[in-house]
Amino acid sequence: MTRRTLGMVLLAVVLAGGPLIAAVSAQDKTLYIPLLVYRTGPYAPSGTPLANGLRDYLTLLNERDGGINGVKITVEECETQYDTKQGVECYERLKSKNPLVVNPYSTGITYQLIPKAAVDKIPVHSMGYGMTASADGRWFPWVFNFPTTYWSQASAFVKYVGQQEGGLDKLKGKKIVHVFHNSPYGKEANPTLEELARRHGFELTLLPVDHPGQEQKATWLQVRRINPHWIYVSGWGVMNQVAVKEAGAINFPMQNMIGNWWTGSEADVIPSGEAAKGYKSTAFTAPGQNFKVIQDILKHVYDKGKGAGDKATVGEVLYNRGVVNMMFDTEAIRLAMTNFKTQSPTGEQVRWGFEHLNVTEKRLEELGMKGFTRAVKISCDDHEGNGPVMIQQWDGKKWAIVSDWIEPMRDVVRPKLEAAAVEEGKKLGYTQRDCAKEK
Amino acid sequence: MIYREAGHFKTSYASDQAIFPIVQDRWFVMAALGVAFVVPPLFAGEYWLQAVLIPFLVYALAALGLNLLTGYAGQLSLGTGGFMAVGAYSAFKLTTAFPGLNIVLVFLLAGLVAAAVGVLFGIPSLRIKGFYLAVATLAAQFFLIWLFNKVGWFVNYSSSGTATAPPRTMLGVMVTGPQATAGVRYLVALSLVVVLALVAKNLVRGRVGRSWMAIRDRDIAAEIIGIKPLETKLLAFAVSSFYCGVAGAELLFLYLGSVETLAFDINLSFLVLFMVIIGGLGSVLGSFLGAAFIVLVPIFLTNAPHWIGLGLPTDTQKQIELMVFGGLIVFFLIVEPSGLARLWSITKEKLRLWPFPH
Repeated sequence: MTRRTLGMVLLAVVLAGGPLIAAVSAQDKTLYIPLLVYRTGPYAPSGTPLANGLRDYLTLLNERDGGINGVKITVEECETQYDTKQGVECYERLKSKNPLVVNPYSTGITYQLIPKAAVDKIPVHSMGYGMTASADGRWFPWVFNFPTTYWSQASAFVKYVGQQEGGLDKLKGKKIVHVFHNSPYGKEANPTLEELARRHGFELTLLPVDHPGQEQKATWLQVRRINPHWIYVSGWGVMNQVAVKEAGAINFPMQNMIGNWWTGSEADVIPSGEAAKGYKSTAFTAPGQNFKVIQDILKHVYDKGKGAGDKATVGEVLYNRGVVNMMFDTEAIRLAMTNFKTQSPTGEQVRWGFEHLNVTEKRLEELGMKGFTRAVKISCDDHEGNGPVMIQQWDGKKWAIVSDWIEPMRDVVRPKLEAAAVEEGKKLGYTQRDCAKEK
Repeated sequence: MIYREAGHFKTSYASDQAIFPIVQDRWFVMAALGVAFVVPPLFAGEYWLQAVLIPFLVYALAALGLNLLTGYAGQLSLGTGGFMAVGAYSAFKLTTAFPGLNIVLVFLLAGLVAAAVGVLFGIPSLRIKGFYLAVATLAAQFFLIWLFNKVGWFVNYSSSGTATAPPRTMLGVMVTGPQATAGVRYLVALSLVVVLALVAKNLVRGRVGRSWMAIRDRDIAAEIIGIKPLETKLLAFAVSSFYCGVAGAELLFLYLGSVETLAFDINLSFLVLFMVIIGGLGSVLGSFLGAAFIVLVPIFLTNAPHWIGLGLPTDTQKQIELMVFGGLIVFFLIVEPSGLARLWSITKEKLRLWPFPH
């Protein structure tokens, strides 16, 4: 075939494909949910199972229930590589399709989107990450970070350590090290930890690890010198597995090392092999496949070949985290659709849905999520849901929950949170809402 | 036939020294500037302004700064990200300390701070050259990023560690902050870029630029004929860091709105270096062409599969994008090592002769 003919054929194919594009993009009424994910780059080990969980739950709703209240969901993934600039580009590109909610999955991108969301009228759900101060809904009506925040988590970590030591008063003189990702995300827990160190008398050392977190030899040499009783890790992506490996290399007792809820998943411990046994982390979702919703996903999504990832990864820690995230979002959308009696809710209505969300234990059971996570109730001034956490532990083969739900120290966290909300809100030129006036 | 100097008689020194000697060039550039000032704020959507045009202007300014240093003065520098960070954080500190100060003045002062830092890190250039100087500037990059991470004073002890651009007005219009529209921010960035590009063009046409090029080509010969290497090289670092500092301040105030040190890491330095190399070393136009290439190609590669209806999974798409991008860079360096600016000047030369190729 000559080049000219080849060119003509190619042109014909493109032209013929044109009507196909028109057919594909012809919109019936659907609910559009974009997913900002990272399946490439240094944060892919954490981002990929999350993205799969997010995607699969929405596919499940489409396949099993026919969507939400009968309206199908359109999902679109956008690759951000955990990079703020790419995240902003994704958001700007997908904004025109009327997304009902956006999950930035990066504290950096969340900070960028918080001011834009209020102007564009798109609710931001930064589940367990993002700007902790946005838990005060009086200042940030468009941002939700339930079911819990980094500051609550830090206080729950200290509570757990206190429990293990035999009482919070026994913490006096103990050495605790916080190894954190040197970014706004990693630094979030520090003010709370410092405050609690003052109150309970433990020695806190803060050790930052620079992005992307592959070089930690110097940090862990310092840890060995300090010889702490407990280590708290706030990592993400490739930093997690390196931290676990290095801790094993200095023979630190792994049951005294606790990662935060983004620092405890299969990808973080499997590379270290035997050395990672006993490593703990906090969590607000339970791992494993023993839940009706996960079984439904395997049946309705994977058996039909529509799964987003590998079947063996279903039930992983971060996979389940993604499932819970979409459960909260779809429940809020469902609440908005039911309350406003509409098939195509607006961003303002979905925001209302988020703010009046009340997922009870009974509802969790209906969704097939009994024991998966805890009930959560959102209100105008509390976008955090006062989140408790559990502790999970790696036994060499799988993650398992080893504690009850631990309530955060609300008396320590909430006043600081409200002060921070005032500071951050004033920076953006917001005014405080009066929750009593609204309904 | 149409595009040539013949027939245009210059009657004054000023017209003889004009930047664009051919009158069609002058008309074209004036028209292009007119279009650039009028069309995007009125007609371009938010996506084009926020994700394409404003980053293009910011990167073009940074590429211009690096081109002055690497392309004209021959001092290879990998510290661009660090100098942009200096500009951004010093602008942030200045505007939060003096809220009444005009924001453009804040940018220029931040540029001066970045210039001072640039001079400091440019001192090794008096003893080392080429690849080794690149490593010394790499030290600048890492040190500055570490400094901004470590010292909370630079972000006013914010608990999140990010510097957020406070709302500022100019002539009654909101210029920075979340209420500022993309159109207004674009106009401010464009005005700054036009003015600074004009300054850069005149710098490189004059004595300073010629001394830089002399140092670049034969530094020992340059020293012998009386060009002081100390002052010339440090001036190159100062001016380049000034431009990079202003670009960094623009990145914070006009493009992103809030910034963490991750935005200024080594990848940004490499990106600006690629812009300069692809656009053309030693050419003001080349900085703009390189910046346009680097901003537009990834966006085109991300969106193109959607336009032809090809639905690829996002990670495959991203990997293909990276491969194609790298391949294009290699292709350009093989086909035209002097960059896109050289392609443009070859086109102009051919246009001068058209339709008579000999």
